[in-house]
Amino acid sequence: MSLIVQGFLWIFVPAHWTTSATSAGIGNALAQHLALSGLSLLVAGVIALPLGLYIGHTGKGRGVAIVSSNIARAIPTLGLLSILLLYLPDVPFLPSGYTPDIVVFALLAIPPLLAGSYAGLEAIDRQTIDAARAIGMTEWQILTKVEIPLGIALIIGGIRSSSLQIVATVTIAPLFTQITLGTFIADGLAQADYVKVVAGAILVAALALIIDGLFAIVQRFVVPRGVSRRPTKEKSTTARGTALAAKTGTPIQEGN
Amino acid sequence: MYSIWDNFFGGSYPIWYLTLDHIGLCVIPILVGFFVSIPLGYLASRSRGARSVLISVFSILYTLPSIVLFVVVPVTLGLAILDPTNVIVALSIYAVAIMVRSSADAFSSVSADVRESARAVGYSPAQRFFQVELPLAGPVLLAGMRIVSVSTVSLATVGVFIGIPSLGLLFTDAFNRQIPLEAVTGIVAVLILALIFDVILSTIARILLPWNRRESRRRAARTASKAVVM
Amino acid sequence: MFGSKRGVIAIGVLVAGASLLLSGCASSSSLGGGSTPTAKTSVVVGSANFSENVILADIYGQALAANGFKVTYRLNIGARAAYIPALEKGEVNLIPEYSGSILDFLNKSATANSPADVKAALDKALPKGLTALTPSTAADSDSLNVTPAFAAANHLTSIADLKNLKSFTLAANPEFQTRPDGIKGLESVYGLNNIKFKSISDGGGPATLKALLDNTVQVADIYSTTPSIAANKLVTLTDPKSLFASQEVVPIVSTSKVNAKLTDVLNKVSAKLTTADLQELNNEVSGTTKTDPATAAKNWLSKAALF
Repeated sequence: MSLIVQGFLWIFVPAHWTTSATSAGIGNALAQHLALSGLSLLVAGVIALPLGLYIGHTGKGRGVAIVSSNIARAIPTLGLLSILLLYLPDVPFLPSGYTPDIVVFALLAIPPLLAGSYAGLEAIDRQTIDAARAIGMTEWQILTKVEIPLGIALIIGGIRSSSLQIVATVTIAPLFTQITLGTFIADGLAQADYVKVVAGAILVAALALIIDGLFAIVQRFVVPRGVSRRPTKEKSTTARGTALAAKTGTPIQEGN
Repeated sequence: MYSIWDNFFGGSYPIWYLTLDHIGLCVIPILVGFFVSIPLGYLASRSRGARSVLISVFSILYTLPSIVLFVVVPVTLGLAILDPTNVIVALSIYAVAIMVRSSADAFSSVSADVRESARAVGYSPAQRFFQVELPLAGPVLLAGMRIVSVSTVSLATVGVFIGIPSLGLLFTDAFNRQIPLEAVTGIVAVLILALIFDVILSTIARILLPWNRRESRRRAARTASKAVVM
Repeated sequence: MFGSKRGVIAIGVLVAGASLLLSGCASSSSLGGGSTPTAKTSVVVGSANFSENVILADIYGQALAANGFKVTYRLNIGARAAYIPALEKGEVNLIPEYSGSILDFLNKSATANSPADVKAALDKALPKGLTALTPSTAADSDSLNVTPAFAAANHLTSIADLKNLKSFTLAANPEFQTRPDGIKGLESVYGLNNIKFKSISDGGGPATLKALLDNTVQVADIYSTTPSIAANKLVTLTDPKSLFASQEVVPIVSTSKVNAKLTDVLNKVSAKLTTADLQELNNEVSGTTKTDPATAAKNWLSKAALF
């Protein structure tokens, strides 16, 4: 217990917030933690959201998406990172030296983003979409005016899960080269300074909770009126009812 | 030159024996993830208060970086430092953290009408749980367990940082000695192991949930995909 | 789903299977050893998680095995924070260490520098139950390295020359931040106040090298026996003020296992081992041939013809 208290106190020492040759600096580490997380999420989003919407809209390719998502979840992050660090060259548009990290963390974020977007569209009542088609909407209009607004809770839920996953996992980047809040953990372990390790863990957990809270608020605001967060129970007697539970898009991450 | 053939049963990092070590680290956490989160998830599905407490506690546990848990658990348990139990306990905590939410959602998915009907035809609470709610929650529980098993197999590799051998040794050695083939071997071995665990889980589910087979394929897949978002 | 008999059977099969796998695994990595009451002294040899240390552990372990000890291995345990406690608890009985580094780890304010002083300080700093045997002459020290181009452009030959740079980024293990002969020493001994630090936790390994070569950092702490120094023609800066402590290879053993025979075997190995041997062994294991560490250790022992 006292270790946890000491960890909290460590965070509030002003000297630990400034960067010097002998200290990574919480402020700097936090900024880099967010930058690396944000870039990874961006890369993942650019790939996974359009793909997920396509799958959800057309119903094509979902088998492939599920299988590849599951494989992506099984890839050991540390192992992949260690090999990409040595052999992956810099990629255009990404900051030099960060490519391997961004690739690895983006890979983690893709399954929940993909699943969130196609499940978001699939959860919509088919009759609604048929009605939209019947009144002469184009496929693009159906996607942007009907499917995305109705599926937005799950889509944001996917973004929420993947953000949390990235924010928690970016912690391991300092085991190799980058500076993030995990730096205090990696350094503390090497220096046998467990107060620093605990302080790092508290910082990561606090950041994750704050981000999760922000997403919870966003989710509440983006769901259109008329689509309640917990829709009235369908007449489901089978597991189809999960769609309802899933609709709030609550997050679970794994693999940090 | 590094060759998979020479290192399968022999060499300093024998792939086969590291795979066995790896399996030894994963089986118990997956079982714990299932059996501990069923009562917790059931509790969470019955009471909003319990749900918010349980889910927040396990969410916080989950944001803890695995490397921290791997260091803190041995200190807390006071076990031998090189005892694989340390990794097994840490992985079990993660497994429960993932599974509690899935299991809460699984039991919430059982409609109140069905529970009421079961009560109406005279089922005792225990009968209702084992013969009605648990079977109906089955498909969603299975979807959660698949995530638990895949992530446990992948996370077990981190144990090498506290000296517990697993396929993760292939990564650290490959990195130190710069042998890409060894790292790729390690990653592929982890993926294959995850796949085997997944097949075992689905097979058990097929035996235990025979009606799930008769459901239209599409519906079953949809159910699974929704659970996967969370 | 547990209502059916079939379900119960399936669970039973699963549990049985799991326990079989577990017991199989426990025997595959038979760690504890020592339960069979033989006359042989059992020794558990451990190592840190970098390849030179693994090779050294293999060499010492194989030498003991050849002399009638019952040796089991726990290699790649991790960093000192992981394996020193294991050594203290007696879960591991022998770890090849580096005299200066282990001293710094045990005593954060250690200032000893020469081999003799370091050994004397180490004997004092070691926790009860652990003994440092006679160090080898083979040493693997910290060394600050720059690329040849950077050295030429800035006229660098010694650590003192770094003072002329406006600022530079130095890569090293995280320990370097807190060690007395790390950043603090560079500041106080060489008066360097222009250092930016980047911790890279691979002990001057591939990631450190990459950062140096792509100019993410300009100076890198790389262990002196690492083959990449010669392979990339890096310029090792001299250390005229002897900041870096002496880093001789020294076996740290459980005092309870120490006897005349064990000491004799290990000392013979230490006496024979040279810095050049370390370089050669590292090159075999991590260089082009990628020889298995245990094989490289075996070859060295047979070449040394000690036993």
